[in-house]
Amino acid sequence: MIRFDKVVKRFGDLTVLRELDFHVRPGERVTLIGPSGSGKTTILRLLMTLERVTSGTIDVDGQCLSHMKRGDRLVPADERHLRRIRKKIGMVFQQFNLFPNMNVLRNITEAPVRSLGVPREQAEEKARELLEMVGLADKALEHPSRLSGGQQQRVAIARALAMEPEVLLLDEVTSALDPELVSGVQDLLRDIAHRGDLTLLCVTHEMRFAKDISHRVLMFDQGRIVEDGPPEQIFSEPAHQRTREFLQAVLDA
Amino acid sequence: MIWDWDWTREILPELLTQGLLVTVQATLGGAVLAFVLGLFVALLRRSRNPFVSRPVGAVMEFIRSTPLLVQLFVVYYVLPDFGVKMTALMTGIIGLGLHYASYTSEVYRAGIDGVPKGQWEAAIALNLPRHWIWISVVLPQAVRRSLPALGNYLIAIFKESPQLSIITVVDVVGLARELGSERFRYLEPMTVAGLFFLLVAIPASIFVRRLERRLGN
Repeated sequence: MIRFDKVVKRFGDLTVLRELDFHVRPGERVTLIGPSGSGKTTILRLLMTLERVTSGTIDVDGQCLSHMKRGDRLVPADERHLRRIRKKIGMVFQQFNLFPNMNVLRNITEAPVRSLGVPREQAEEKARELLEMVGLADKALEHPSRLSGGQQQRVAIARALAMEPEVLLLDEVTSALDPELVSGVQDLLRDIAHRGDLTLLCVTHEMRFAKDISHRVLMFDQGRIVEDGPPEQIFSEPAHQRTREFLQAVLDA
Repeated sequence: MIWDWDWTREILPELLTQGLLVTVQATLGGAVLAFVLGLFVALLRRSRNPFVSRPVGAVMEFIRSTPLLVQLFVVYYVLPDFGVKMTALMTGIIGLGLHYASYTSEVYRAGIDGVPKGQWEAAIALNLPRHWIWISVVLPQAVRRSLPALGNYLIAIFKESPQLSIITVVDVVGLARELGSERFRYLEPMTVAGLFFLLVAIPASIFVRRLERRLGN
């Protein structure tokens, strides 16, 4: 589903990803862990086309993200190509990023209506179903600023799912929440993860949550993968010294 | 010189109807033009095509760097030579609108820059087409942020509108001058005209300040 091939990402002098190779199968749920600055979030942002690779290639569902074929030459991707690939990917952000100029329902329906051309009534019906699923059926006409952080994040999850993505990217989705709101959002995501065939890429510092939802955990350090394995193995008997140190530090915190 | 109450009562209705009407027309017409044009200018200046953004920027810089009075003269006395004919008031509205568009475009620019990056990213992640990102996400937020500053420019346009009297528009101040010249007495008509601006501008400023506080910037 997703293939990184020798991906390098530099911001000025700072190298964030160093010749990164990895591969995610369809329906696989992968959690990226590691110290901050190790490049985890950058991976999600590259996939969402919010950043561009410095070199290397990223394939999504067999299609190259950064380049496209014109005749038999590879040229940088244009907006149309990007939009075609983006259609498969959804993302939930640490800071929710709900649109403050729209109510909750409109936040969810705007993209299906404007981007996919779904009729508004149909989009609203779907949105209400999603709101039901995230436990906010009564907040459809509420303004986002009147919701708690946890509720806002649930709306953001519903908004991403409304586009029916094949891949969902979760970028530290509970890091900005008050501690008592974290578990509600995590329970919701656990349900979503175990319900469908969604491919999931998740950056988190919550190791228990990572263990619950993922098939596979990738441990990052300094732009490289230092360890790759099922959560049982990584969390109980990490092979790598760097992973042990990191897990120890997280558990102590 | 003693204040002549009888004469004041005599000229007051004319100042408040005829004069006020013209001042309000000039202000609102100029403001609407400035607000609409300013938005388009702000968008054109962001164009990725330098053949669009550069000339628009240069024209606006030029307008901002020359006096409104000169621009009004040019529009009123020079354009007719090229076959463009309009009433004085219409000319004045266009002059005010163009002049202040160069300022309001900067207001919008700041408003657009102030929309958090996360809003763009969320819109891209939702695969919204570029133009819909602008129409339904960025501009509504940018315009909302711009409202207090636009309110201040509305007041500024209002207070600058008497400059139109130089191109024969008879607004409150122009009328006051006419009335004054009939008797060589300017105390009453000019005072009334001045008070009129005061009575409108002060509540308007208070309103703008409230708006600023309510929108939280």
